[in-house]
Formats: sequence, C-alpha cells, structure tokens
Amino acid sequence: MNERRHVNADLRTRLGPLRLPNPVVTAAGCAGSGRELARFFDVAEIGAVTTKSVMLEPRAGRPAPRMAETPSGMLSTTGLQGPGVEVFLQRDLPWLLSRGARAIVSIAGATVGEFGELARQVSAAEGVDAIEVNLSCPDPADPSGRHFADDPAQAAAVVRTVRSHARSNVPVLAKLAVDVPDVVKLAEACVGARADGLTMINTLRGMSVDARTLRPAVAGGMGGLSGPAIRPLAVGCVYRVHEALPEVPIVGVGGVRSGTDVLEFMAAGASAVGVGTTNFADPSACTRVLREFTEVLEARGVARVSEIVGAAHRTGA
Amino acid sequence: MPGAHRTRLERLSGQMSDNGPVQIRCPVLNVRRVDAYYAITVVAPGIAERFRSGQFVSVAVGGEHSSTLLRRPFAVHDVKPDYGGTVEFLFSVRGVGTAWLAERRSRDLLDVVGPLGRPFPLPRDPVNCVLVGGGSGGAPLFPLAQSLRRRGCRVDFVLGAASADRVFSAITARRIAETARFTTDDGSFGTRGRVTDVLGRVIEEARSDAVYACGPMPMLRAVTQVAGNHGIPVQVAVEETMACGIGICMTCVIPVVGEDGVTRMVRSCVDGPVFRGEQVRFDDVGTIPFDALGAPGWKGSSAARATEPTRDIA
Repeated sequence: MNERRHVNADLRTRLGPLRLPNPVVTAAGCAGSGRELARFFDVAEIGAVTTKSVMLEPRAGRPAPRMAETPSGMLSTTGLQGPGVEVFLQRDLPWLLSRGARAIVSIAGATVGEFGELARQVSAAEGVDAIEVNLSCPDPADPSGRHFADDPAQAAAVVRTVRSHARSNVPVLAKLAVDVPDVVKLAEACVGARADGLTMINTLRGMSVDARTLRPAVAGGMGGLSGPAIRPLAVGCVYRVHEALPEVPIVGVGGVRSGTDVLEFMAAGASAVGVGTTNFADPSACTRVLREFTEVLEARGVARVSEIVGAAHRTGA
Repeated sequence: MPGAHRTRLERLSGQMSDNGPVQIRCPVLNVRRVDAYYAITVVAPGIAERFRSGQFVSVAVGGEHSSTLLRRPFAVHDVKPDYGGTVEFLFSVRGVGTAWLAERRSRDLLDVVGPLGRPFPLPRDPVNCVLVGGGSGGAPLFPLAQSLRRRGCRVDFVLGAASADRVFSAITARRIAETARFTTDDGSFGTRGRVTDVLGRVIEEARSDAVYACGPMPMLRAVTQVAGNHGIPVQVAVEETMACGIGICMTCVIPVVGEDGVTRMVRSCVDGPVFRGEQVRFDDVGTIPFDALGAPGWKGSSAARATEPTRDIA
C-alpha cells in the first residue's frame, strides 16, 4: 500500500513576477470589484480578484436586453458599464484591498492613448497586483468596429503602450479574444510587446435570435458567448499557446464550473484559472471550485500545483 | 456553505447589514397549483429570518450539471415560522427552467439564494396604503400587507391580470385587506379593464396615503402616474430579467434618477427591485437616455461622479 505522503498540496502559483497563494481567480466582468461576492465568501481566500474592466470615464453601457441564456452558456452585452477610473480608484479598489484580497485590475481603453493613461493611473495606485488589458474593445480607428485583438499589430500597440505607461514592477497580462484568424500569432504579438502573461479566453461573439420576434435576443445583435459551452475551445487555445510559448504564464478562462475544470486548464498549460459566468449561477463558486480542486489534487497525490502545469503536453501520445 | 462564512465576514465588514443573502440547499416542503401558477415552499430558516417584504430569492434550475446555468428570480409570496422558517414563491411555467421547477416534489433539494434586493420601505405611522399587483406581480404584496397591518396601516388591494385564473390569491387579498378590487383584461373576473381604471377611485374612497405596486413595467408606469395625480408617493417593485441577482452581471439595469437629479443605469437586483415610482424613467426603459451618467457623448461634471452612490449594497 502506498502511504499518502501529501496531506496538503502546495497551491501556490506564479504568473511571471506575480505570486498567488492559489490558482483560482475571478474572471474580469464576472465579479464586479469583489464587493458583491464578498457577501458569500472571503475574497482574500482565492488567488486574486480580477475586477471588471474599468474605463477612463463613467460609462452607461448598452441598452437592455443585455442577456440571453444559451445552451450551457449565456450571451451578454453590457457595453462595459462602469463608474470610470476615478471612482474605481477612490471607492472600489481600496475596498477590495482592505479585505486583504489580491487585485488584478482589468482596463479597457477606447483608444491606444486611453489604455496608456489607464495603465499610468492604475499602476500608480498602491496595492495593484497586476493589470489585465482587455483587448476586446472596439477599435475606434477601424470603421468596421473591429476589436484591438482582431489585429495582432494593434493588440501589440496597446500592450506596448500599457507596458511603457505602467509602473515597471506591475505585471501586465494581455487578455486575448480567440475568435481571430490565428490566436498563436496574437499571443506572440502581445508577448513581443512585453506582456508578462496572457489571459485567455475572452467571450466569443455570437448571436441568439428570439423565436417569437425574430429579432436578435440582445440589443445590438451580437453578444459575448460565455459559460461551459466555450470550455473545450478555451482549453484548446491554452494548449496551443502554451505549446508555442511554454515560458509565458497563462490565466485560463472559459466555462470553469468545477475543480476538475481547473485541473484541465492547468494541464493544458495555465498557471492560474479564472471563474467567470459560473459566479452568476453560483455566488460561492470560487471557493467551491478551489475546494474541489484541492481535493482533486490531494486524491492524485500531487504535492505542488506547479507539477501539473502543462502536464497534458508531457503525457500526450 | 456561505452561511458558515457569515459570522467572520460580518466581523470583517462593519457596514454589512443583517439581512445579507445566504445560499442554501433547501428541502422542498411542497409544490402546489394555485390557479395558473405553481407555488413552491422550501424550508429555508436562514432566508426566512432575514427576509423583508419586497425581497426576492433566486433558484438554480435543472440540477448540478444543468445546461440552463442561470438562476431564476422569484418574489417571495409568503414566509412562515414552520420548520424553523419556510419561504414560498410562485411562478408560471414559461420555459425549461420553470418546467423543471414545476416537476419538483416534496424533499427534493433546491439551491436557493436570498433574500435579495432592497425591501419595500415601510411608513413610520399607521397610514392608509393601497397595494397594486399585476399578474404574478401580486406575490410580494402579500407579505407587505401583513407587515403594514402589523403597523396598524389600513391596506386596500387592487389586483389585475389578463384573466380570472391569473388574478392572484383573491381570497387571501379579501381576508387581509379592508377592500379588494379586481380587474381582468377579458372581464372574466372583477372589473373589465386595467388596474389603473379603478385605482383612482380606490385611492379616493380609502383616503390612501401611499401606493405600493409590483407588475409589468407599463403597469408600474401607469400606476405611478395615477399616484402622482393624487399627490401621494408610490413604491414600485420592478420585474426585470437578470442573470445573477446579486449585482455582478450588469444585465438588469434600468434608468433611474438619483436624489441628486442625475440619471444612472442602476441594477434592478441590488439597487432595486423596489424604487420610488417617480424616480424610474419608465419612458426610457430599454434605452440609455442621452443624459444618463456615462451615456455616449455624456459630459457630466466631476461633481456628479463624486456623488456616485457609495451606499453599501447589503
């Protein structure tokens, strides 16, 4: 009989220079600034809270309806509603830090210049653990309404600007959209622009048509598809990018619902894993997923979480 | 369970209110038909003890591996002290989620979060209140009526629906209230017409001091207008679709004018569902008004930004 050697797995993980006590984080836009979820669990217990993308100015967002349920997922289009960076830095961020949580601050600019200004202001705030760059914002310079992420050169320009405006000790993560021609090229462009890590994947652009009205179910037509429906796609993207860029830390995001899902993303190459849409369905999901993940590790006799990062690449046929 | 975290969390957060929500797996006590609706009663002491009228619960549907991820929000219709505390909510079957709920049986477990949202504010003095409900929007008015009665308020009911089988708990309404008036679109029960066709007269006859209403947006708009014409305050509980119910998904927003005169897109789930009727911009629901904080081209003062509500969501 094998003796159980590891009673407690070492959950600590690293995203480049950023050290987290465990790999479970919230996904941007699925946790507000932590305050709402703090009514259900202690936000300091998870790896980090990634805050909802903040813009320079207050933003009212898109008209309703903003949401439609889809098979194992949802379409949503909030249009980046938020209070603006001034209120975020005065009210929301201090609250989150006062709870002892680690804060990854997602930023969304309307222009490359705005990204730079946001990076400057956010990284100047005391206690910000990392900046995540939301590249799925419409590029105003492009008349077809394409996102920055749709063009690797534009994405790289944003990341380079953020990196040069952010304080050098604040890591920068580029959040990738993957409904693009070549996600590996996009990842390489962002890393070439000195992103410290990558977060993937953002929602996928999709549509649902109301069967009664024959109109798109969400205002504006297209919405962002999220939830377990996109998980295999997300895991596949993490796998491919980790294969191409094995040294670059990845935060895996997309339909995580259980501890086993975290294991799956990490085996594909992620060093941390975001819980997104599942927070809407289960407000205590983050701590549940962390507990389940810990149990899965211990059942497998894994001593350190770092051992499983990229395991699918090593054990593959 | 989140309940286990509460004590420590409350110590962490001095601002946190006593009636913050909990997430509980609750046994179903019973499922019954009530006219065109289903009523489910769950044993949920943690929710029952925190509940105040106007608040709602959200219920996971389809089981642990369900492909319908989102919770369904329901107004609480009744809270009783039995079994340590029970909570009843009503719904009609409208899709796969509510169809699944209708098939629940006694002792099945439901994952319920609540109580959620801001409750109806109650008057300090024993004033006369008229409660107006449209369809299943009548549900939250029943615990409200009980609370008002306990404060010595006079309660009058006006309940309306499309047809007789959708008028809510008419017998209970008659029992609790001083008077109860009913309206149906097809005339199958009570007065043919809308609640607002009779509301003015009820307000005059009962010498009402305040109106409480819950139902579809067009009804709330019309009720607010009638109350305004009579110069009395109105509290409305909106029924918006929502994904999370706890304030993070930002999908249930409506335009509401704040105390400072600034319109903001606020969340029905945590900033509502109860609002002062005259503060809701009914004509602009479903749009972003051009003068809303952060609307495209908005050039508000930094003063408006600074007065962004800082009130605690709990």
